[in-house]
Amino acid sequence: MRVFSTRHRDVGLGYVAISLVAVAVGMLLSLVMRLHLTWPDWSLPLHGPVLPEEYLAIVTMHGTLMLFFVLTVAPLSGFGNLILPAQIGTRRMAFPRLNALGMWTMWLALVAALAAFFVPGGAPIGGWTAYPPLSESPLAGPGQGAGMDLWMASIALFCVAGTMNAVITLTTIVKRRCEGMTWERLPLTVWAWFTAALLSVPAFSVLLAALVLLFCDRHLHSGFFVPGQEWINGVMIEHRGDGSPLLWLHLFWFFGHPEVYIAILPGMGLVSMVIANFARRRVFAYRLMIATTLLIGLLGIVVWGHHMFVAGLNPFAGTVFSVASLAIALPSSAKVLSWLVTAWGSRAPGGQRKPMATPMLYALGFVSFFITGGLTGPVLAQPILDEYLHNTFFVIAHFHLIMSMAAIFGIFCAVHYWYPLVFRRQLSERLGRWHFWLTLLAAYGTFLPMYITGLGGEPRHYAQLNGIAGPGARLLALTMPLQRHITYSAVVLIAAQVLFFWNIQRTARGPKLTEENPWGATTLEWAPGAMDDEGPKVRVVREPCCYEQDGEGFVPQWAEPEAVSGIPIPLRGEAE
Amino acid sequence: MASLQTSDVVRWGWFLPRDAALHGPALDAHLMLNLWIVLGLAVLAHGLLLVGVMVRRRRAKLPVVMLEYLPLLALTALFAWLATKSEQLWASQRYVGADPAAMQVEVTGEQFAWYFRYPGVDAAFGRTKLPLVSAAEGNSLGIDPTDPKGKDDIVTSQLVLPAGREVDLTLRSLDVIHGFSAPEMRLKQNAVPGQTAHIHFTPTVPGEYAILCTQVCGLGHYRMQSVLRVLPAKEFDAWLTQRELAKARFESEVSR
Ligand SMILES: [Cu+2]
Repeated sequence: MRVFSTRHRDVGLGYVAISLVAVAVGMLLSLVMRLHLTWPDWSLPLHGPVLPEEYLAIVTMHGTLMLFFVLTVAPLSGFGNLILPAQIGTRRMAFPRLNALGMWTMWLALVAALAAFFVPGGAPIGGWTAYPPLSESPLAGPGQGAGMDLWMASIALFCVAGTMNAVITLTTIVKRRCEGMTWERLPLTVWAWFTAALLSVPAFSVLLAALVLLFCDRHLHSGFFVPGQEWINGVMIEHRGDGSPLLWLHLFWFFGHPEVYIAILPGMGLVSMVIANFARRRVFAYRLMIATTLLIGLLGIVVWGHHMFVAGLNPFAGTVFSVASLAIALPSSAKVLSWLVTAWGSRAPGGQRKPMATPMLYALGFVSFFITGGLTGPVLAQPILDEYLHNTFFVIAHFHLIMSMAAIFGIFCAVHYWYPLVFRRQLSERLGRWHFWLTLLAAYGTFLPMYITGLGGEPRHYAQLNGIAGPGARLLALTMPLQRHITYSAVVLIAAQVLFFWNIQRTARGPKLTEENPWGATTLEWAPGAMDDEGPKVRVVREPCCYEQDGEGFVPQWAEPEAVSGIPIPLRGEAE
Repeated sequence: MASLQTSDVVRWGWFLPRDAALHGPALDAHLMLNLWIVLGLAVLAHGLLLVGVMVRRRRAKLPVVMLEYLPLLALTALFAWLATKSEQLWASQRYVGADPAAMQVEVTGEQFAWYFRYPGVDAAFGRTKLPLVSAAEGNSLGIDPTDPKGKDDIVTSQLVLPAGREVDLTLRSLDVIHGFSAPEMRLKQNAVPGQTAHIHFTPTVPGEYAILCTQVCGLGHYRMQSVLRVLPAKEFDAWLTQRELAKARFESEVSR
């Protein structure tokens, strides 16, 4: 592997490496946050006590690293580059040089983000949403000077790299599918990457534009996102023009909401295929799954206002955004139903293959988190309830269960499922199982109680919950016993990840796999030579997921009809 | 007022703080309904998932209509019903403004404090101007001294309200976005610089309640807390009269 390689596999691994660095730092930051919240006097080794502004900087960077550099980069750019070409039967991504350039731009974005910790004032403290006027003036707090400029540079680079990758992904899917790979035969993974890339283009472009305007407000005294006169930290600031922070909120969430679907859609696609593969049957209601993927993407781009019910939006607009947001529950429920039906009775009688292999476990874990996190989405989509729950830990629980846990389980599923394909070695099932169960239980131990502390009124971004006088602190002090419990769980959750890295590290030195297709998969990336740069050209003759009743026999997408004429293929739209 | 006991603050079951606003019980009931439905659906879905992966495959064929479209139809009806109910509550609270007779109080957020302004005997707020803001001169809100309406305005650091009377809050911010939140009043609205927002509610139970900031606003965000004191109507009148007299005395001394 050359450093400046333009091979899609090297580019994909480069993107995965970005996510590994970001997830390691982001996880450590969350550990510091939890320890500080539970024991505010605790002194960070080699650093001392955590100051309120440092806590906010840690929150901001945790969100930034995880959302941008882990949840967007790994599923879409990372696995998209690694697997997508083979899955549609091509040898390379479109525009390979641009593709490599995108990956290196993303590295630059990550370096800029991490550099924010080391400038005077430290990293920004305004949260990953960077609402102005807090994000607009260095007077507003430490970290809002050079740290904020670095943050903006980082996100701008991210937008450029992300858009490049999205355009390349779209072009690859549209133009480079092999013979016979019709739109209807595309695996759901490809449909998910396609939809996520479709969303990325407008979302990242709008965010980039908003960042440019914010840059003008910060350094050129324009007033896009701030009123003509503002008074910050004892200083009157005059701007040319009279703007509103609400404009930033609109532009930011126009990006921010699709962003969460960009992060979760690839996981949804993969999980659909993996459940079908290990249950040895077609994805239930395949065409509906394609439709719901596109529908979730479409609706995802028109519901940004549900982040703004109490932000100063017209209440009638709140109603519109509420109804649109509740509507997303339907395609999402359709997906859950399809997963449940597909997984139903997956213990095939007399079969040799074990349905409960680790990729399947992670896929089912994804479904579980998607249910427990997703079901509270409709609760938050009702403005009258959001009025109470907005910016409390109820929201944190909701999006951590979906975004972090479900999406991360999508990534774990991808790693375990595709590892034999990419490295010709198989990860340890035993370690994987341990890692799965520990992570699942610790994640629930960490995030479910946050629903309760949120109902108790615990707000986000509080550097300290107790030790302040007054009824507010008395209210918040009641959550402290649960806070301690959450912190213990979080420590277990983070410690459990050692098993995952140990598994990878151990396997890297293990014996090579002789089996070409260890999971008995039907999609094209498992075709002989599909992952090689110079392999034989393949042809697709049927849709994915054709298995025999007994779960043993299967007909891959690339097998010629005359070779498999005896195997009956189940009818579409029926559960067996 | 004596400090609150845990039992006063926490409603058993879901950890909700006590509810002391007129619109609160309906909101709580709707919230509870939602939470029970969510819990039920989550348990049902997990049950199906667990049983599903443990049973062996059955041969019975069920059509897609039964397994997909019927449940979806039921869920659509469920969400439509919840949306209608919640929109009724939202509309009754936010589609109309406060009663013209409601008590007027202005809430101003500033890094990292809340200020509350009462209009005084003339029932009108004086003009404010940002360049006049000066905490050192005792004018944290920038009230224009040339405006006679502002002479009798009272500024406090605690929000004191009478029980049983509707209040119309005008929210504004001097510097960055703050989130005005009173959990026990089931109330939240951002204070955005450059614009004002109105929310109205009726506190019902006398007591001492939390006011928090729920929009990250800088390093002191977590301590941007204040007190909402709800007094019985008579006590409140006495408190307000006392404040108005003190203000009048102060003004006459200044002008002398
Ligand atoms: Cu604040």
